[in-house]
Amino acid sequence: MIAFNKYYNHFNFLSGILIFCSLILLVFKGLNFGIDFKGGTLIELRSSDDKINVSSLRDKFSQMNLGDVSVKKFGNDTDYLVKFENKDNKKNIIEEIKLNLDKSFGNNFDFRRVENVGPKVSAELLKSGVIAISLSLAVMLFYIWIRFEWQFSLGAILALFHDVIVTLGVFSLFSLEINLSIIAAVLTIVGYSMNDTVVIFDRVRENLRKYSDIKIFELTNISINETLSRTIITSATTLLALLAIYFFGGEILKGFSLAMILGVVFGTYSSIYIANTVLVRLKVSQKTVLREDDKS
Amino acid sequence: MLYFSKSRILFITLFSLLFITIASSNLFKFDDEFFSKKINLGLDLQGGSYLLLEIDNDPVIEQKLQNLTTTIRNYFKDQNIKISNIKIDGDSIFFNVDNQNKQIIVDTFTDENSEINPYYPRFKSHQLNIEDIGVNLKINFSKQGLVALKTSSQDQAIEIVRRRIDEVGTNEPNILKRGNNRILVELPGLDDPMRVKSLLGKTANLTFRFVTNDENDGFGVEKLKYEDGTDEATVSKRIIISGDNLLDAQPQMDTQSNQTVVSFSLDRVGAKRFGKATSTGIGKQLAIVLDGKIISAPVIRDTIASGNGQISGGFTFQSATDLALLLRSGALPAPLNIIEERTVGPDLGQDSINAGMIALAIGFLLVIIFMFIKYKVFGLITNVTLIINLFILLGILTLFEATLTLPGIAGIILTVGMAVDANVLIFERIKEELKDEKNNILAFDSGYVKSRTAIIDANITTLLAAIILFFMGSGPIKGFSVTLGVGIFTTLFSVYFIARLFTSLYVSKNRNKEKLI
Repeated sequence: MIAFNKYYNHFNFLSGILIFCSLILLVFKGLNFGIDFKGGTLIELRSSDDKINVSSLRDKFSQMNLGDVSVKKFGNDTDYLVKFENKDNKKNIIEEIKLNLDKSFGNNFDFRRVENVGPKVSAELLKSGVIAISLSLAVMLFYIWIRFEWQFSLGAILALFHDVIVTLGVFSLFSLEINLSIIAAVLTIVGYSMNDTVVIFDRVRENLRKYSDIKIFELTNISINETLSRTIITSATTLLALLAIYFFGGEILKGFSLAMILGVVFGTYSSIYIANTVLVRLKVSQKTVLREDDKS
Repeated sequence: MLYFSKSRILFITLFSLLFITIASSNLFKFDDEFFSKKINLGLDLQGGSYLLLEIDNDPVIEQKLQNLTTTIRNYFKDQNIKISNIKIDGDSIFFNVDNQNKQIIVDTFTDENSEINPYYPRFKSHQLNIEDIGVNLKINFSKQGLVALKTSSQDQAIEIVRRRIDEVGTNEPNILKRGNNRILVELPGLDDPMRVKSLLGKTANLTFRFVTNDENDGFGVEKLKYEDGTDEATVSKRIIISGDNLLDAQPQMDTQSNQTVVSFSLDRVGAKRFGKATSTGIGKQLAIVLDGKIISAPVIRDTIASGNGQISGGFTFQSATDLALLLRSGALPAPLNIIEERTVGPDLGQDSINAGMIALAIGFLLVIIFMFIKYKVFGLITNVTLIINLFILLGILTLFEATLTLPGIAGIILTVGMAVDANVLIFERIKEELKDEKNNILAFDSGYVKSRTAIIDANITTLLAAIILFFMGSGPIKGFSVTLGVGIFTTLFSVYFIARLFTSLYVSKNRNKEKLI
């Protein structure tokens, strides 16, 4: 049996620091919002001429009066991702760019993807993203509140917040782009983290009913160990699937799968070191679950 | 938990086979209609354009207020009530009237049977609000009046948008209302999104008006630029004929001038007015105005009574074709702005499909190998179940002709990773039970029973997340939530029916074997 409980305090301290740093990052550095949430235009280009390089392309784009333009390689050597604000929301901007590129580089570019999000839509998307995440947290809270006692709900929700905040903190730290699919990833993380926590909690509750003489500090450790192989196997298979998406699923799914990978790692960690320590700190005992049984 | 009746085994087998057959109809062709269903590919996989259009209702409201000032003036003139200083400011009309008539006007507007202010009994509201603000009266649209106006311009606009897109001839476009001032257009497999964008970006408001310098012709004049931006001319506000009078418009090669022109034919009313204008206005210039810009302003040489004419204006064949198309399909009630666009080229779509399939295959393989190493026979059972699960999932998506997107494929891969969870929970529980319980069958039984609450709780949490995503997400993300959500049900089915069936068959054959799992 591994003594997870020996490190409860250490890891609580670590999580505290992680959350603190993430919040600092989120407040002062902020998130790198993509065009979905910031508005603007995105173009994915593929060139058929290998003499064209990223700096000549960047020069060309900066001459086009598009405002702040970012030109980056995207996966392949011949693929580029161009992003700019498109403040005036010009209608024929794509045609103009196409003409300009053709003039300078010849007809060598394939416009593989064009996305243009107006300021109104991006504000709405951001709002609905925030609502979706808040709503999912609220629904999870509600569900677990029905299924378990309040101490468990608090533990699970703190674990959820930890996972979401730290994942976003990592995105902020590395300036990774937040777009619609990241919101989907965050929601899935919420589901996954909850899933993981619930399995351990289920066992904690079962053990609480079974043993009246074991203190919660010991009891959580027993429960974590009993469910440990399941925790490891499920995290492992989920991570295997996600790594497959990350490495082979193409450039578009990279951010999504990365967020999920982080979420699974943090989710697994938080089920053990946040959710359970809340039970310990709230001095949950056999009485807590038996009282609940009397009621029903 | 381990007992299966014959009928249940039959049901499970048939159910699985049915969905496997439906799923395989994506690969093979079946004659039967039921089996010829296919999963739809989302725009991000098959290529195409997603456009969100917003109707700019401000000009419509302005126009309505403009018309209303005339109506109000005439209506009360007939009743010998003098209205003065009528003017539009922002979204309201203001006018002065004698104090004794004020109440009469207010009553006219608030009467349920008012002739100039329609009443909507359903909403218990008039179209217009009237307010006495001391010095004058103020009239503006009520909340319901605005809603009615927006709804009606949306109805008209969606019809015109549909006609224009149909004329371009893209296959299976999807045109839907969003809210009361937006239109969503999805165009799968479109090769030239720019053309559609430019067609939808034009209001196509066509008018024929005289070029004049006479400021006092009763209608007023305005200065308009030519289409090519080189010159401008003063044009009367009096409309001779408008796009509404057109019956047909076609691009044509004019044999005399060797130019591409747009030939048109007018309806009876239009032909009559056009005939009259061309007979009285010989020698004058008739400006052809499209969306506030002059295309051309030919000099009238002859009376045209036939109701057929030509518009020239230095067109290329493409621009003449597009103009004819716009004129045939009619003018939009209000300008449309493209507020969101997402276009994916067909080859990127194919690349995404390939990448998704490779990721799925590799993810699947990794999970299968892992499970086999970890659980041997039971790993094998899990793996076979996993494959059947995948087919049932695809079968259900096919049956409902769901749209598969790239995030949707990611959802399937994720389902593969998480689907083993339930089996793992059960197997681990059985292992624990076997420590105290030597009877294999009893241990398996209680393993299934005791793991059930954890499995259900765990799956419900993921399902809740998927449901929220479905309602809050858009396009591709919706595809993700669908595969994730459906995946939960197929997973539970395959774990509790298929995997359990295999497990029960294996366990009853090896009931006395030690270290079964």
